[in-house]
Amino acid sequence: MTAEEDNWQHLSRTNWRGLGLADSIKNIEDKWLLLPAFLKVKGLVKQHIDSFNYFVDTDIKNIVKANNKVTSDVDPRFWLKYTDIHVGFPDRTDLDAIDKSITPHECRLRDITYSAPILVTIQYTRGKNVVRRPNVNIGRLPIMLRSNKCILTGRTEAQLARMTECPLDPGGYFVVRGTEKVILVQEQLSKNRIIVETDSAKGIVQASCTSSTHGGLKSKTYVATKKGKIYLRHNSIHEDVPIVIGLKALGIQSDKEILLLTAGNTEAYKSAFSANLEEAAKLGIFTRHQALEWIGSRVKINRKVVGPRRPAWEEALEALATIVLAHVPVIGLDFRSKAIFVATMTRRVLMAMNDEKMVDDRDYVGNKRLELAGQLLALLFEDVFKTFNANLKSAIDKVLKKPSRTNEFDAFNTMQFQGDHITSGFVRAISTGNWSLKRFKMERAGVTHVLSRLSFISALGMMTRISSQFEKTRKVSGPRALQPSQWGMLCPSDTPEGEACGLVKNLALMTHITTDVEEEPIIRLAYMLGVEDISLATGTEIYGPHTFVVNVNGTIIGLTRCPTRFVANFRRLRRAGRVSEFVGAYVNHHHHAVHIASDGGRICRPMIIVENGVPKVTSEHIAQLKAGNLAFDDFLRRGLVEYLDVNEENDSYIALYEPDIVPTTTHLEIEPFTILGAVAGLIPYPHHNQSPRNTYQCAMGKQAIGAIAYNQFHRIDTLLYLSVYPQQPMVKTKTIELIGYDRLPAGQNATVAVMSYSGYDIEDALILNKASLDRGYGRCQVLRKNATLIRKYPNGTFDRLADAPLDETGSIQKKYDIIQLDGLAGVGERVDPGDVYVNKQTPSNANDNTFTGQAATVPYKNAPMSYKSPVAGYIDKIMISDTENDQTLIKVLIRQTRRPELGDKFSSRHGQKGVCGLIVNQEDMPFNDQGINPDTIMNPHGFPSRMTVGKMIELLAGKAGVLSGKLQYGTAFGGSKVEDMSRILIEHGFNYAGKDTLTSGITGEPMEAYVYFGPIYYQIEHMVMDKMHARARGPRATLTRQPTEGRSREGGLRLGEMERDCLIGYGATQLLLERLMISSDKFEVNACQECGLMGYNGWCTYCKSSKKVAKLTIPYAAKLLFQELMAMNVIPRLILDDA
Amino acid sequence: MASASTNGFDPRKHVGVNAERMSHVSSTDFPGHYPGEDHSWNLAKFQEKLSVNIERLSNRSIDLDLVGVDASIANAFRRILIAEVPTVAIERAYVWDNTSVIVDEVLAHRIGLVPLNVDPALLDLKDPQNDQATDRNTLVFRLRAACERRKPAPKDTTDPRKLYTNSEVLSSQMEWVPQGEQATVMATNPPVPTNSNIVLAKLRPGQEIDMELHAVKSVGKDHAKFCPVATASYRLLPEIILNPQKPVPPHLAEKFQKCFSPGVIRIHPRTKEVSVDKQKARFESMSREVYRHPEFEGCVQLARVRDHFLFNIESEGFYPPERLLLEAILVMRTKTVALRRAAEALLNDTRGGTGDVEMAEG
Repeated sequence: MTAEEDNWQHLSRTNWRGLGLADSIKNIEDKWLLLPAFLKVKGLVKQHIDSFNYFVDTDIKNIVKANNKVTSDVDPRFWLKYTDIHVGFPDRTDLDAIDKSITPHECRLRDITYSAPILVTIQYTRGKNVVRRPNVNIGRLPIMLRSNKCILTGRTEAQLARMTECPLDPGGYFVVRGTEKVILVQEQLSKNRIIVETDSAKGIVQASCTSSTHGGLKSKTYVATKKGKIYLRHNSIHEDVPIVIGLKALGIQSDKEILLLTAGNTEAYKSAFSANLEEAAKLGIFTRHQALEWIGSRVKINRKVVGPRRPAWEEALEALATIVLAHVPVIGLDFRSKAIFVATMTRRVLMAMNDEKMVDDRDYVGNKRLELAGQLLALLFEDVFKTFNANLKSAIDKVLKKPSRTNEFDAFNTMQFQGDHITSGFVRAISTGNWSLKRFKMERAGVTHVLSRLSFISALGMMTRISSQFEKTRKVSGPRALQPSQWGMLCPSDTPEGEACGLVKNLALMTHITTDVEEEPIIRLAYMLGVEDISLATGTEIYGPHTFVVNVNGTIIGLTRCPTRFVANFRRLRRAGRVSEFVGAYVNHHHHAVHIASDGGRICRPMIIVENGVPKVTSEHIAQLKAGNLAFDDFLRRGLVEYLDVNEENDSYIALYEPDIVPTTTHLEIEPFTILGAVAGLIPYPHHNQSPRNTYQCAMGKQAIGAIAYNQFHRIDTLLYLSVYPQQPMVKTKTIELIGYDRLPAGQNATVAVMSYSGYDIEDALILNKASLDRGYGRCQVLRKNATLIRKYPNGTFDRLADAPLDETGSIQKKYDIIQLDGLAGVGERVDPGDVYVNKQTPSNANDNTFTGQAATVPYKNAPMSYKSPVAGYIDKIMISDTENDQTLIKVLIRQTRRPELGDKFSSRHGQKGVCGLIVNQEDMPFNDQGINPDTIMNPHGFPSRMTVGKMIELLAGKAGVLSGKLQYGTAFGGSKVEDMSRILIEHGFNYAGKDTLTSGITGEPMEAYVYFGPIYYQIEHMVMDKMHARARGPRATLTRQPTEGRSREGGLRLGEMERDCLIGYGATQLLLERLMISSDKFEVNACQECGLMGYNGWCTYCKSSKKVAKLTIPYAAKLLFQELMAMNVIPRLILDDA
Repeated sequence: MASASTNGFDPRKHVGVNAERMSHVSSTDFPGHYPGEDHSWNLAKFQEKLSVNIERLSNRSIDLDLVGVDASIANAFRRILIAEVPTVAIERAYVWDNTSVIVDEVLAHRIGLVPLNVDPALLDLKDPQNDQATDRNTLVFRLRAACERRKPAPKDTTDPRKLYTNSEVLSSQMEWVPQGEQATVMATNPPVPTNSNIVLAKLRPGQEIDMELHAVKSVGKDHAKFCPVATASYRLLPEIILNPQKPVPPHLAEKFQKCFSPGVIRIHPRTKEVSVDKQKARFESMSREVYRHPEFEGCVQLARVRDHFLFNIESEGFYPPERLLLEAILVMRTKTVALRRAAEALLNDTRGGTGDVEMAEG
């Protein structure tokens, strides 16, 4: 055998992965196409929409079913029953409207709510008859855009255009009183699961479980150690219950059984547990009744006592059945499963006491649940619906109490006069963000946010945002740190800097959040697959060496001896579509448990199934997908692709790329770049950047000025920044195409020379080419809304619009020159600072409720709207409409067009921002051999410390793209290769490294260094015009007489504490005096040298004398302090002395 | 004059193009740099060295060689071309009606950038103090366009150009309105945009544009729209100096050839000996690709001739490309005249002074 043959032999030998080196690498071409297919079905904000749909279609029915009867205390024969509920489609509330349909955009413009009626079918008694009434309106529900109930769902682009709606808008938010509101995703610890934690400082081990059942009541139960003994703790019991007493109360009377159920046959656990048995014995508690009596005397009783007091043991029984671990069902006082649950918690504590590693990680993403709009709305609805029914009941009682009625009592009429409690409840909660539901002890503020429309990306980024319930001030790093289990689920880059760092997260591109799936069929299925019922088992069986406990949503249902086979069978049924695709099953080998999860709020993502080392998705499937014969759901239904939640993902063996598949592989990743979210996905070559740069970019990309939506020119937002000539980036990513950033871009491809120029480019400043600005580079429009109401007052008077008043000479004053005959400025007119654009007048007696005269005769006073900005603008559009309560609404949109100026902030897509430091004439700019001048010069010092190699590659790829006339890709973990880009450059006669020979525009000589030169996508971020501020004199706050704060109030520039410290240290007393008093709030007081109190006009009211009154100057705030102290019965005395 | 070898790299003549930097960038032929050599400026020598050759001329652009001047002179022409040769462009737009999607300011900006075919010599610069528009300094255009549906509506098409009239407003729709004596003065060459196909705005039925546009004369320094050139730039003549001591190995000749722009390197068909085509060397793009390959190390030295400027001027506007350099020279001459006059005046005033101002000698 020759040496060469030997070499070949070596190559074809199977190596440890079951593959030979010479084996051809099989690859599914374009498997990433599953991603657009996924997004087509699900959209980018599917989690919000799915959750809302679940609420509207399913959950609302469950809530009504649980509260479906209204009875009367007065008339026992009366009842009213809700038999059905459904939510209609959004419509117009105006009674006289012929066309009832309404578009979300009309709601935005008219400041009304995009809502649909909630319709119920009721059955009730009227006299002796039972009446059924369908479609009774009980209130209105704000509708989430693009949900099942939204009229935009399923419309074509042309239809959406007719409704002035943007096809790229993701939806998932509400329009409430004209503002777009998002209910952010809330992150919480999972419910109904046992979490074991230790506090090593205090030596405490505790297992806790937050129970949450339908009905919203939440309570937390602990099993914790205290001085080496284990106790059961719950809010409704005053005292910690020794665990043995707890278990005895739950019906496990024999000590042997308790020991078996908790410690099993493990010696270490047994000895650790024995102290607890002793304690119960010491307390003299041996029987169930004794235990119940013990607990019963310590139960808090919340409800008002009706009738005779119940014995303690009954109280205990009720508390244990309904409040403690409420999610574990107790049917017919069978406490067995609850006892086993408590025993399991105890065992987990014993395990953690024995081995520190047996604790759970509360930061693990699998232990988290995400709460979405649907769940929050469901809670809100339950609350308002219960209140509605309570009000209805008392109204009915009131009528029925009357002994004689002229006509038969019809509950329907009472229902009609119930007011809009449900409607206003929803509108108030969503528009303020305050979810305060007394009934569920819920008090949450800041649940909703105004959808940021600064840019398309900022709106999109907001829809994928997750806010955490953790307190921001706590200095723990755990919840903020990057968790390995968030791979592919939550974006690793997109989190804010500063106090919310790591607490606010964003979803990755392919994540889906589950909604609730009914668990009864799953339990039945589990039994069918061979699970033995738990109530038949004893401790020996449960904790046997080969026994696995089967849990469904945290509740123990049974045992199995072959967990792997059970889970495999279960998955097979799921893949066949017999179980919902969002039900997860996995084996936890640490705890010898199988978990099946069907609850809502779990994060999951799709993956390609691999069987026997072969991915089930083949090239043929992808070809069919391309041809449009298959959709993403077909892949699911055929068992080619499945959703994995975090727990199941950790029980799988997932290959990142196809060549990595080995015999044990279970799944294949669809596309690696989906670990990033929508915002981080815009960064080209993010895998070449230092990671904080990507994080910075995620924060900055949202502020870039560009196109906002296709309907941007029809929108009237408070503040709208638009780019005049936005361009799609030369270097795109797949994410950019998927989310439509190439159709709604924010930025321009600037030709950048990376070189030093003039010294006005230090500290990240940029040099701009004046000719580029002349030609339209970086031009933006700023549109600002100014709204007013033309009101009608209760006394019959009303506001009016007036034409321009004439001065003495009979001509129109300068500031009224754009007002037309209707009292409004003409569209297209220039508005100079101080100009009036709405000449509104209000009646001078608008609030006089005694006025009864003619409305037309009342005197009017001027209340014009005048233009405040220092720079002139143009009237873009004026809208006149009316609101829901018939007030005339006028919105004026004023536009400014701006070109970049010194100090405007620019940024590339790599977290590199800079302000414009100098604008240079074209002839002074350097130029290359082709005669190209750069648009921007960037200082090379921006590179070494930032290490944004991605930006360099972007330039190279962009340059190659420009030369070859193609867009290049900078997709994460892929994209155009540097080698190919260099080859294109060489082919076009350029240097492979992207460096050009530049000639100085000033000297005309060539530059000694070659300059890195090419296009980089630059974005405008902030403009100095919106920031600049200075003040010499100006308004003061009324209370303290100190200058106001902030640019918007024309405030002063504060000399803060640290600046004050410097002046003190330097000893500049006179300057201090001037800054802190004379220029701020100096105030002259009369102080009496006798009593030390303040007087006035040279008179001391305390001493009744003017003899020793002296004048002195003190800050007004000091005077205020003295007076406030005096109001609190503290006398500050001014002891004066001659200095 | 101690000139270097005829065929090698000469730091006095060449700018060295090396792998990572350029060398000998500045000229050294000024008095006193080389001891014992006379480099004072001399008209005869200058005339002998100076040459201007037009290499290529088209309707819109010109390639010309300017040889024998200092970089400062060549750069001055380039700068003047970009910034100081006056042209006429629209400066004010009076919008009577604009219901198009493009807002007034943006439309006005777009219209301003349209190059006009007007001889700037026919107009005066507008007096910045007295903002009075006269027929001597302002041209008036009218832009009117209204979009309507074509009737009968063409079937089976979604092309807006077929469905509607004026779906695109083009620069050709700007209509000159002669003022005062302009009708006779400009009769031979009435003002129109040089390019009639520039899309200014797009309209849809019911939308309308009606504007009055005032064009004035100004220079590129003021705004890029007054710039008479699309670009005016130069590069230095490339020179590829082969090392006779280390010839390119014959089997690598083709690879060597590929390191340069097409046609620059010739290969002898038989001996595979490489040589530089002197005629085509000017087209070399100087990608420095040859330096990347270690096998060619020492074979070749790239250089550029310091006083040989390959100008490329693209006209965009009234001037034919061949007139642009002449216009630039004219501007330069008026500037030198002004400078000389000022210097002389200064010299006369300060006679007997300290003599700080010693300009304009010879």
